[in-house]
Amino acid sequence: MSTFDADRPLLEIKDLAITFNTPEGPVYAVRNAHLSIMPGETVAIVGESGSGKSTTALSAIGLLPGNGKVTGGQIIFDGEDITNVSDKRIIELRGNSIGMVPQDPMSNLNPVWKIGFQVKETLKANGLAGDNAKERVAEVLAEAGLPNAATRANQYPHEFSGGMRQRALIAIGLACRPRLLIADEPTSALDVTVQQQILDHLERLTTELGTAVLLITHDLGLAAERAEKVVVMYKGQVVESGPALEILRNPKHPYTQRLVASAPSLASKRLQTHSLNEAVEANAVEKPVHSKAGDDVLEIKNLTKVFKLRKSLGKSIDFTAVDDVTFSVKRGTTTAIVGESGSGKSTVAQMVLNLLKPTAGTISFDGMVMNEQPESELFKFRRRVQPIFQDPYGSLDPMYSIYRTIEEPLRIHGMGDSKSRQNRVKELLSHVSMPSSTMYRFPNELSGGQRQRIAIARALALQPEVIICDEAVSALDVLVQAQILNLLNELQKNLGLTYLFITHDLAVVRQIADDVCVMQHGKIVEHSSTDEVFNNPQQEYTRNLLGAIPGATLLI
Amino acid sequence: MPENPTPEIIEPEGAAQRIRSGKVSTRKIEHYVARLEDTPLQDVDKVDESAVPLSMWAQAWRSLRKQPLFIISAILILLVIAVAVFPQLFTHTDPTSCTLSNARKGPAAGHPLGFTFQGCDIYARIIFGARASVLVGLFTTIFVVIIGGALGALAGYYGGWLDAVLARITDIFFALPLILGAIIIMQLPAFRDNKSIWTVIITLTIFGWPQLARITRGAVIEAKNSDYVMASRALGLSKFKTLVKHVVPNSLAPIIVIATISLGIYIVAEATLSFLGVGLPPSIMSWGNDIASAQISLRNNPAILMWPALALSVTVLSFIMLGDAVRDALDPKSRKG
Repeated sequence: MSTFDADRPLLEIKDLAITFNTPEGPVYAVRNAHLSIMPGETVAIVGESGSGKSTTALSAIGLLPGNGKVTGGQIIFDGEDITNVSDKRIIELRGNSIGMVPQDPMSNLNPVWKIGFQVKETLKANGLAGDNAKERVAEVLAEAGLPNAATRANQYPHEFSGGMRQRALIAIGLACRPRLLIADEPTSALDVTVQQQILDHLERLTTELGTAVLLITHDLGLAAERAEKVVVMYKGQVVESGPALEILRNPKHPYTQRLVASAPSLASKRLQTHSLNEAVEANAVEKPVHSKAGDDVLEIKNLTKVFKLRKSLGKSIDFTAVDDVTFSVKRGTTTAIVGESGSGKSTVAQMVLNLLKPTAGTISFDGMVMNEQPESELFKFRRRVQPIFQDPYGSLDPMYSIYRTIEEPLRIHGMGDSKSRQNRVKELLSHVSMPSSTMYRFPNELSGGQRQRIAIARALALQPEVIICDEAVSALDVLVQAQILNLLNELQKNLGLTYLFITHDLAVVRQIADDVCVMQHGKIVEHSSTDEVFNNPQQEYTRNLLGAIPGATLLI
Repeated sequence: MPENPTPEIIEPEGAAQRIRSGKVSTRKIEHYVARLEDTPLQDVDKVDESAVPLSMWAQAWRSLRKQPLFIISAILILLVIAVAVFPQLFTHTDPTSCTLSNARKGPAAGHPLGFTFQGCDIYARIIFGARASVLVGLFTTIFVVIIGGALGALAGYYGGWLDAVLARITDIFFALPLILGAIIIMQLPAFRDNKSIWTVIITLTIFGWPQLARITRGAVIEAKNSDYVMASRALGLSKFKTLVKHVVPNSLAPIIVIATISLGIYIVAEATLSFLGVGLPPSIMSWGNDIASAQISLRNNPAILMWPALALSVTVLSFIMLGDAVRDALDPKSRKG
């Protein structure tokens, strides 16, 4: 290893250009990118999907996909130019000098090998296994925060929860004491409370070991909280870089300004401290004010859903996904159901939509108990309650043109003739700010945010009173997310809609909801107005959730 | 939902309570801002109105028509179909007017491929034999798609006992070798006494539908869990209509691929059965029958057997290549990188 020099950058990227060769011609994924990481420093690259943030980081360890190539600039690691260095040298560097924590903990561990074996593999590849490999493996896993590490090393990945797998991946990344760790969205697939723990632990560990960290994330709040230096990327270029808190508090480039304004974790505080006009200009979400005078349009009482899990032949155990849930939704307002994965929030949504039969309890819509009605009554109900789903890539039929997609509900309910339906489709498209020429297109030609707009237009086609948004903005980039939330707010104002908003993201809740139900293990643990929940949380669980929102404490 | 065997929360609860204030570096970090001219800001999520709208099928067609594999196989298949429909356009020789004095003779003027053991023109027999092969392949495929597709779609979509029964039935059919099963069926009196193109088609359909039913079932199960199916149900579309309008159209791609490849395989199966004497009756001209009757002269005049065998191979290969090309176009992921 070369001599340690605290003033020389550990990794320096200068004027980097990366090009992908595709059948449609070259794609310039990264241009003019530059960043430097000092020894022991944490640097975060922030950007939306397709901004080139992962590509830039992967190029530093020579892991670009086969059709990608560095076409310009330099990558210097610890004084050595590794831009066009041989495969042999790059393999020497990997693991030993540069470690990597990949994004998806579910697919990045080999399911047929024990965890311990996979750690040992890394140690062996770098000649560090030695005689006492077993103890070393346990040590490394224990460092990453796995309790009973020696026993855990003998388990298979499927026996680990998502957070545990991510810890195992961190153990593998740090096993050989690299001087630089590249963490590519290490916690994006995890719940916020788990995310916070894992990042806390990673931070402590890398500080102890003196490892520099290159953190790749889409969340500006998280980047600002965890890194000393933030690099903002946009369309393959670095638009702004500098001290984390400085970027957050005083963004100079218009793109960064937009990002700061739109980031839900930051914006929720910002709405109170900055003037609304300034925020709106920069694409921030404006929370509407509703009068609470309306009647209850949805009333859910003692709702319970028990699933039978098959254990073995003829035997099954009961799993209570939703447990005695009671709440109501006022007309013209937004009620959010918040919870982590497995809390039963989506099951509630499906039962409210009458797509799933509850085991017990009642769902009343406009004073009428819906879950015992015959199919003909439900048909009328379906006109008045419509869903918007999470995955914008899955919720539109790829075989249907946009016109057919939006026309389908009108056709099913026999509304109008083909001429009037065509006009209605055009009108709906303009409601969601899409040009009417879009109706000849197909879903695969639209971006995620645009598809979600089409899904909203379809949901609005029958002039429903209630819309159930099941994680409707979770899959979108922050700027697009803010845009969709604003659209939903505007539609609510103009059409008097009522929203039931299912989400795992408390920060988003603050931007749009009037009331919040916090769910944990199938039960509602806290139910109150949004301001009450945020300013004066009653439950330990709610406080933990709020505390785990990244960056929430930075903008005061 | 599986239980988590390991806890998500590992650290003591108290650790989460500290206020995080961000990190401040002791080093001087330069605040760099790119010039706006170099990094122009674009509209958030702009709609590209310039491109021509393309459905999935149109996109598949676009990538398909550039593939050499597709072009070659499509030309060959069109040629075979043309021969099958209008054999008179390709030869003026009557394949049934055989003169024994010409038996096993080599190529002569007007008879480019020579004569069979019976003194018939080989070229003319190949041309007129195409019809039987194409008809058997085509109709077997149509029946297999209708029967296998419908049963597979219903089983995959509704699941439950229907699915369980279908799975066992297909297992039974998969356990029977095609040739053995076909020989037995063709020996049944009803089939043996009425040998025709249709008996062969029915036999091949009986053994062909389970494979397509399985493929369809898998595709339908994948499609039925999509959000757009749930969205349509929430719109009030009945369960069966959702199957017809959303699930089946989205399951077509693998069915088309398998059907194309199977068409070639059914043609081979027909030739095999005819070769073994249990397929088409000798009165119907077919490549399989010609190959069978050429056996006796294989050692001295291999060309008599070679020509119909070549016609058969090229036809089958074209269908299999077409299936491969269509698969690549409909599912670009399966293409080898």
